[in-house]
Amino acid sequence: MTLSSIVLATGLALILIGVWGMLTHRNILRIIIGFSLMGTGSHIVIVAIGYVAGGTAPIIDDALTLAEAPSHAVDPVPSALAVTAIVIGLSITAVLLAYAVRLYESKKTLSIDAFTESKW
Amino acid sequence: MTRRATVVLPIALLGIIFAMVAANYSERTSLPPLAKAYVERVPQELGAPNVITGILLTYRAFDTLGEVAVVFMVAASVGLLLGGAPKRESAGEIDADHPTQSTEIIRNGADVLVPLIAVFAAYIVLHGHLSPGGGFQGGAVIASCVLLALLARPQYRIELARLSLMESLAGLLFVLVGVAGIAFAGGFLDNRVLPLGDFGALFSAGAIPVLSVLLGAKVGCELSFIIERFRT
Repeated sequence: MTLSSIVLATGLALILIGVWGMLTHRNILRIIIGFSLMGTGSHIVIVAIGYVAGGTAPIIDDALTLAEAPSHAVDPVPSALAVTAIVIGLSITAVLLAYAVRLYESKKTLSIDAFTESKW
Repeated sequence: MTRRATVVLPIALLGIIFAMVAANYSERTSLPPLAKAYVERVPQELGAPNVITGILLTYRAFDTLGEVAVVFMVAASVGLLLGGAPKRESAGEIDADHPTQSTEIIRNGADVLVPLIAVFAAYIVLHGHLSPGGGFQGGAVIASCVLLALLARPQYRIELARLSLMESLAGLLFVLVGVAGIAFAGGFLDNRVLPLGDFGALFSAGAIPVLSVLLGAKVGCELSFIIERFRT
């Protein structure tokens, strides 16, 4: 059981919890929380798969010289991707919450059972 | 009962897939060729010690530009969804659910913390090429500073016109620095339009600190705008 496999399992478990929360709960805010959990889990998965055994952050300084960087640094690409994913996840959450505010104003409830217009 | 089955079945299948992924995962022992090239080239070609910032603000800076466009679009759509005249204000009523004064603890805490958080945000943005941090992270810290100020003084109104002016200006300058890269260096958003300077110094790595500051200002303005919109 290596360090990054524990992190990977944690991230995958968080994604599962998030999907479960989105599918079972009827309150819109809880669905949004489930979505956030799923997003956080996927960020953790992305960072975990970028780990290289014995690696450190890819920042060149006294602790990590340029010569030993290719063998002692973790993969910088997933980390750069995670920064992107976090910002986009935050943006989507903001839009979801804005919709939740408007939906509450229209029906005075946050239960999705009240919104049957687009249900087939 | 059928609803329960439609929930349990996808979760179980997803769980099986994830279990297989986790079981077959083995930790990597060396970098893939692309990552190795980035780790070697960012310090040498771009002069930035932080490889991730080098990727985000030069090699993949076009993606960063697109991402900032997404955040801008989100700010615009949140403004569209939550915009309109604030009802509470027009009525002019003060009720217990919407107090106009926060507690003394929050107000005094904000007085001490807001300047410190602002300085910390500036530090994160300016040292993006040297240490963990950069425009996005610093921008988020700026927005948290705005959020704390708004919690402490609920009646404080952000000047949205000035915010959007600063946001547009930062975006315009970001693109202009990118176009300067076409004219004076290797391509769009190439950081070598400015001298690379000493490796590891504050003013080094060409245009990366400039882009970092612009990105921080833009993201900070957009997130502050979103926070401001959620208040009404």
